[in-house]
Amino acid sequence: MSGLLQPPVEPSGALPAEPAGSAGSLGMTTGYLGATAATAVAAASRAKPTATVWRLLLRRTAFWVGAGIVLFWIVCAIFGHAFAPYSPLTQQLLFTNAAPSSAHWFGTDGLGRDVLSRVITGSRDILIITPLATILGTILGTILGLAMGYFGGVFDLIAGRIVEAFLALPIVIIAFLFIVALGPSTGTLIIVIGLVFTPLIARTVRAAAQVERQQDYVAASRLFGEGPVRVMFSEILPNVVPAILVEFTVRLGYAIFAVATLSFLGFGITPPTPDWGADIYANYIGLLSGYWWQTLFPALAIASLVIAVILIADSIEQVLAS
Amino acid sequence: MTADSAPSSLSSDPAGSAPALSVTNLDVTYKVRGQDRLALRDVTFSIARGESYGLVGESGSGKSTVALALVRYLPSNGRVSGGQVSINGLDPLSMGRGALRDLRARTVSMVYQEPGRALNPSIRVGRQIAEVFSIAGQSKGEATASAEEMLRKVQISDPARVMRRYPHELSGGMAQRAVIAMALARSPALLILDEPTTALDATVEAEVLDLVAALRQEFDTTVLFISHNLAVIAKMCDRVGVLYAGQLLEQGPARAVFENPRHPYTVGLLRCIPRRGQRKDSDRLDTIPGFLPTPGTAVSGCIFAPRCALVQDRCRTTDPPFFLVDSVRTSRCFFHEQAPDLPRATPAAIPELAGHGADGADGPLVVMEGLSKTFGGSVHALAGVDLAIERGETLGLVGESGSGKTTLARVLLGLTTPDAGSTVTMNGKPLSPDARRRPKDVLRTLQIVFQNPDSALNRRHSVRALISRPLAELAGLSGPALRTRLEELIASVRLEDRHLALRPSQLSGGLKQRVAIARAFGPGPEVVVCDEPTSALDVSVQAAILNLLADLQQTERATYLFISHDLGLVRYLSDRIVVLYLGRVMEVGPAETVFAGPHHPYTEALFSAVPSLDGERPDRIKLTGEIPSAANPPSGCVFHTRCPRKLATGECESTEPPLHEDEPGHQIRCHIPLAELRELQRSQSVPSQGGS
Repeated sequence: MSGLLQPPVEPSGALPAEPAGSAGSLGMTTGYLGATAATAVAAASRAKPTATVWRLLLRRTAFWVGAGIVLFWIVCAIFGHAFAPYSPLTQQLLFTNAAPSSAHWFGTDGLGRDVLSRVITGSRDILIITPLATILGTILGTILGLAMGYFGGVFDLIAGRIVEAFLALPIVIIAFLFIVALGPSTGTLIIVIGLVFTPLIARTVRAAAQVERQQDYVAASRLFGEGPVRVMFSEILPNVVPAILVEFTVRLGYAIFAVATLSFLGFGITPPTPDWGADIYANYIGLLSGYWWQTLFPALAIASLVIAVILIADSIEQVLAS
Repeated sequence: MTADSAPSSLSSDPAGSAPALSVTNLDVTYKVRGQDRLALRDVTFSIARGESYGLVGESGSGKSTVALALVRYLPSNGRVSGGQVSINGLDPLSMGRGALRDLRARTVSMVYQEPGRALNPSIRVGRQIAEVFSIAGQSKGEATASAEEMLRKVQISDPARVMRRYPHELSGGMAQRAVIAMALARSPALLILDEPTTALDATVEAEVLDLVAALRQEFDTTVLFISHNLAVIAKMCDRVGVLYAGQLLEQGPARAVFENPRHPYTVGLLRCIPRRGQRKDSDRLDTIPGFLPTPGTAVSGCIFAPRCALVQDRCRTTDPPFFLVDSVRTSRCFFHEQAPDLPRATPAAIPELAGHGADGADGPLVVMEGLSKTFGGSVHALAGVDLAIERGETLGLVGESGSGKTTLARVLLGLTTPDAGSTVTMNGKPLSPDARRRPKDVLRTLQIVFQNPDSALNRRHSVRALISRPLAELAGLSGPALRTRLEELIASVRLEDRHLALRPSQLSGGLKQRVAIARAFGPGPEVVVCDEPTSALDVSVQAAILNLLADLQQTERATYLFISHDLGLVRYLSDRIVVLYLGRVMEVGPAETVFAGPHHPYTEALFSAVPSLDGERPDRIKLTGEIPSAANPPSGCVFHTRCPRKLATGECESTEPPLHEDEPGHQIRCHIPLAELRELQRSQSVPSQGGS
């Protein structure tokens, strides 16, 4: 009987609570921003049927644009070799460092390889590594965060300090340690990025779980004799899923950056396989000689993918928080 | 039957002066998901200068929308789609931005439910109030002096000190006074009070209401008082309008409307409230069948017709106009003359229910001894409570917020661990202080119905999952046995099969609470704690839930610990009553004895603070001051700081009185002997009991 039309109690408060724009800031270790936005989502989201979420999502232009760009790069990753104008590996040593032209729209690099073809096919590894790494980080982070939020107390205190210690280290240092230990490979990248994201996601989930733990249904479930695992995963988890979903998409954007950064530093995909980050690394010296197209186009590709993911993340967040 | 409909503007103002507020045929529309939904339909009323008009209605009736529409504060998806408003001769609906701001600043003031949200948390109270005077052109010094004067007028005893505080440092009652001070600072022509005391405790509410009444005299302010609480409206208002689904159904002098309602909705609403000493073993409450129409649904005919027992074909086709009941009253009902004889929706007779019968067991079911709970090392939420709950009874737990009611319940349930030395036994066996350590057959026996079903029901689970889970966990049921029990429960709380697949968000508040009750009763508990189970519900829904609890107690042989701040409900449902104050038992005894008196001075104050529809009690005793902090309770008797009957001997300040039993089963913690209390309270006892 709650009045559907009942307006908010105070008139000046009619401004809708804007969710904090976590996706707006791209710092690698800004865990707090993500946490607050996701908590807002957790608090605001009254169980919406999945169908409603989809319906609201499909109404957003930003979501369509983001999804369109991501889909484009997925198509490129799978079928890129078929429709790229040249083979990304073919070296045309007579046409090195050629500026963009009708033959080579994006120009060629120092080895005479077609930049356009390398951009089209260079999305493959990034699109495999990022989602898998983010999923790994989300699963581990959710388990850790739920436990911290539910148990609280000493466990939360100790785990919380470890998480913070982890967050204090630059991602590159951690990555370097792992890659030295495990050797550079796609699998290593997935594990490294997954582990780096674990504490960030744990922090968000912890905050959301703490809100939920105060709810009476958790007390009620204790009176029904449900154990901690059951309470965490069957009672609390479904209610923090929206927060996790938002966090996942936001982290996906960061993961793209992370992969590109690591391959730029040479920790990731080994040449000559086309890869945006590695290509920027291979060609950035050329910038000094004015060969801007060799770095600009791969950089734009990275940017477009990150922006697309952020547009999707933002749409999901707004829909869930509305 | 009076065939002539009333003139569109019926006001009782003395001839000549224009009304302070007149609202004519006001329609308000909200756009929700691209569709226009009518939230107010054809609302017409006026308030004469100096008059106090009450707008009463359940949630979703559009009360607040009226208040917002008057000063054009509607949210961005709402708009006035028809009608006129005139405040002091000005039309807020057509004026420009500047004039509107001026109107809001000078002519109309509003006070809302949550004082904490009306005050800016980062500005000291004094400066916020002074600001109002500065804007009016006073110098800084003058404005500060005026602010202080204003705070004194709202009976804040130490205004200078309060002015230096930040809003969060004030108690709810104090903050609401500050808001009222701000609202009255400019001597507004119209003061709109939207549920101003709903968030406050009974004794504080009484003080604030008295204050508003006194200020109204002093400032000669016109008041629009909006509330869901009929008793508060009856106490505060000259005239009243009953709002239902965006339409005014009945209007007239408050006393006349509440004593002799002439619209079936008003009649039904008043019957939902336990009154005149009604009790669960005398009769059941009446209810209003059906639900509030979904806002914006197209209605042909009378909007109340689908729920009305007097409905005729005519009601379904023709929208009734306002009929004049007498010279000052109107009712929007073709059959307003029959309204007082509205047939009951729920029979008054207590249904013959199987179950119940002498249990044969001896001794109290639950015994709590020396129960103490200290939070954070210094806040004594409970201080040595000894209490027994008898088998099959309802023990009513009464007290203001901070009295320890909820802590007591949580300790019993094992959700809060009490201090060392506290013991709880059930059936003679000690209970572990932590629910997680209690075996399942003990957990089964103690269940709870929480105050807020939104928080108590996991919003991601279906009704079926919610009710089944404890059945599987605690009663060990599965397969067909579980299904049978589930169906049994659903039927006993009067839910339907189709509800099983729904999520809580798809249910109304009343239905949600039924799910919570079914869940609590599922495992077959012996004690069910009801923690304010109806305070989140509307009056008409509350009655049905109370009836349900009374019926279930009979069929399931349950014992209740019933916590409520609403004394009427406690009286209706309880066999015995415990009065808590600052974590201590002040009085305990059989319900009717506690109500009849003589009572503890605190109980006395609590009873006299609560406004009643049964007429004002003579000679109310009033409490002043705030509830002391549990972190720093007063010496001696903890109530002495507010006690109007404090002894001059100084005994109250120095020694804590014991809980002494002067009548069998009736204990009072007071230095004043029972006979003397009886003498003191003779002139002003609670209204006669058992009025039926």
